[in-house]
Amino acid sequence: MTKRIDVNNLNVYYSNFLAVEDVSLAIEPKSVTAFIGPSGCGKSTFLRTLNRMHEVIPGARVEGEVLMDGVNLYEAGVDPVAVRRHVGMVFQRPNPFPTMSIAENVLAGVKLNNKRISRADADDLVESSLRGANLWEEVKDRLDKPGSSLSGGQQQRLCIARAIAIKPDILLMDEPCSALDPISTLAIEDLMQELKDEYTIVIVTHNMQQAARVSDRTAFFNIAGTGKPGKLIEMNDTATMFSTPSEKATEDYISGRFG
Amino acid sequence: MSTTRAASEVTAEGTPLTAHTERAANKIFFGLSAASASLILVVLAAVATFLLLEAWPALTDSSGDYLDKVAWISPEKGQSLIEIAGYLIFGTVLISTVALLIATPLSIGIALFISHYAPRRLATGLAYMVDLLAAIPSVVYGLWGGMVLVPFLQPFYQWLADWFGWFPLFAPAEDGTVSATGRVALSASIVLAIMVIPIITAVTREVFLQTPKLHEEAALAMGATRWEMVRMAVFPFGRSGIVGATMLGLGRALGETMAVYMILSVGLSYSWSLLNASSHNTIASYIAAQFPEANTQGVSALIALGLALFVITLLVNMLARWIVSRRSEFSGAN
Repeated sequence: MTKRIDVNNLNVYYSNFLAVEDVSLAIEPKSVTAFIGPSGCGKSTFLRTLNRMHEVIPGARVEGEVLMDGVNLYEAGVDPVAVRRHVGMVFQRPNPFPTMSIAENVLAGVKLNNKRISRADADDLVESSLRGANLWEEVKDRLDKPGSSLSGGQQQRLCIARAIAIKPDILLMDEPCSALDPISTLAIEDLMQELKDEYTIVIVTHNMQQAARVSDRTAFFNIAGTGKPGKLIEMNDTATMFSTPSEKATEDYISGRFG
Repeated sequence: MSTTRAASEVTAEGTPLTAHTERAANKIFFGLSAASASLILVVLAAVATFLLLEAWPALTDSSGDYLDKVAWISPEKGQSLIEIAGYLIFGTVLISTVALLIATPLSIGIALFISHYAPRRLATGLAYMVDLLAAIPSVVYGLWGGMVLVPFLQPFYQWLADWFGWFPLFAPAEDGTVSATGRVALSASIVLAIMVIPIITAVTREVFLQTPKLHEEAALAMGATRWEMVRMAVFPFGRSGIVGATMLGLGRALGETMAVYMILSVGLSYSWSLLNASSHNTIASYIAAQFPEANTQGVSALIALGLALFVITLLVNMLARWIVSRRSEFSGAN
């Protein structure tokens, strides 16, 4: 199920503006990889190139290649819709569909692309996905209630359940806890540790402690100044990054001297 | 600072706590906006009262003496005011509903194209042109519809009757022909549809544009195609807006006078066939046609018909509100 990602010399542009410059890195399967860095350093933009979600913004384009188990996601003929079924995503703010019930939210992705699913299979999938997101016990008695009736933390776990219901290979998380309280954050962090047994997880976070707690490897992005492109400064095992980083900028950032 | 002072002396950067200027402006603005709001109620009540008072003599005339004096009500043909009102309500609702059936899907398509499919420059131009369409006076639509569109559509009506005549709405006359002039209910519906498209399009376009990015991205990130994203995020979010826009359009279609008056060859019947001339009329067009020559009793009878139109529009609006509120728990407002 899980796949590795290799990024080679990736540049990301918004029209003519170079947003992220020359990133090369490898993301190991069945691990949690964290992207940290100051605001505007391009870490979220870069994350979105891993499932081609940046293409939602008109004028956004990339140069270079993103290989998923050796297949370039940007090769001619690759359908972004298909890419996104392999690379799921959880967003900064919980975004369950307000017009759908909890169960319908979980099944939303499964029913796409004209797929049909029997009632029994659907019930099983709802339960397994919600269990996978540690939400089942809290919502099993009100699956037909709207997803927006849940608390913020529960909504975010519902979004994770929705993402894993389509059984992706990779799960991208764009600051998944930044809108949540500490208890809900802890729940999501625990969940990540369980999910990495089955999925490759990439998380963008503003919170260095969170990166230190949850990730196996950490990549530090930085930006030289406003209007300059974001760059990958350093990537290493999380323990090494937070104890003996090799770059001065990394050390300054994680010790709180800037950013 | 420890000494007690009068409130008017206490200052925060020099302003006494009892400053009056701000509060006076506040009160004036509240008064103005409250007055504007109550004006709506007053106007509505005034119109309703006018309709009721003026229509009362015609409505309560049980003996028939009163309505005998109205030229267009012909008791010898067995027609009473109620019967005529029945024909007209039927015609009004039929023509307007068909107009909406044509206009709503088209408008949603146009709005969706502008908001989600077209490149930005094309979308801006197209949105502007749709707004221009709304600015064309209805009498111009009437002229154009009667002189250009209707002759153009007539052969199509014959074709429709030949192939789909089994369907009650497209049934031809007994000899298998349709109106040779094309001045039939379907023509009125089509012109009305063209007239309400800008209204429905403008409102739904705004609603579609307000779809939260979050929900669109949620759908796309699961591997939804553009159309699936629209079905999953845009339509559910815009549902109440679509209903509201349609009802706005229906309001315009029900009350539209001039275009129908100029296009339709009128008649009174409960015919479902949209292709037969001299079978339908609408309340508004009927009032416009009869009013110039109506005597006192006639005016009262016409106002009774106006009251019927008023009640229909009121019911339509209440229905729309009920539809919108039915699933408000799932609306995304919470």
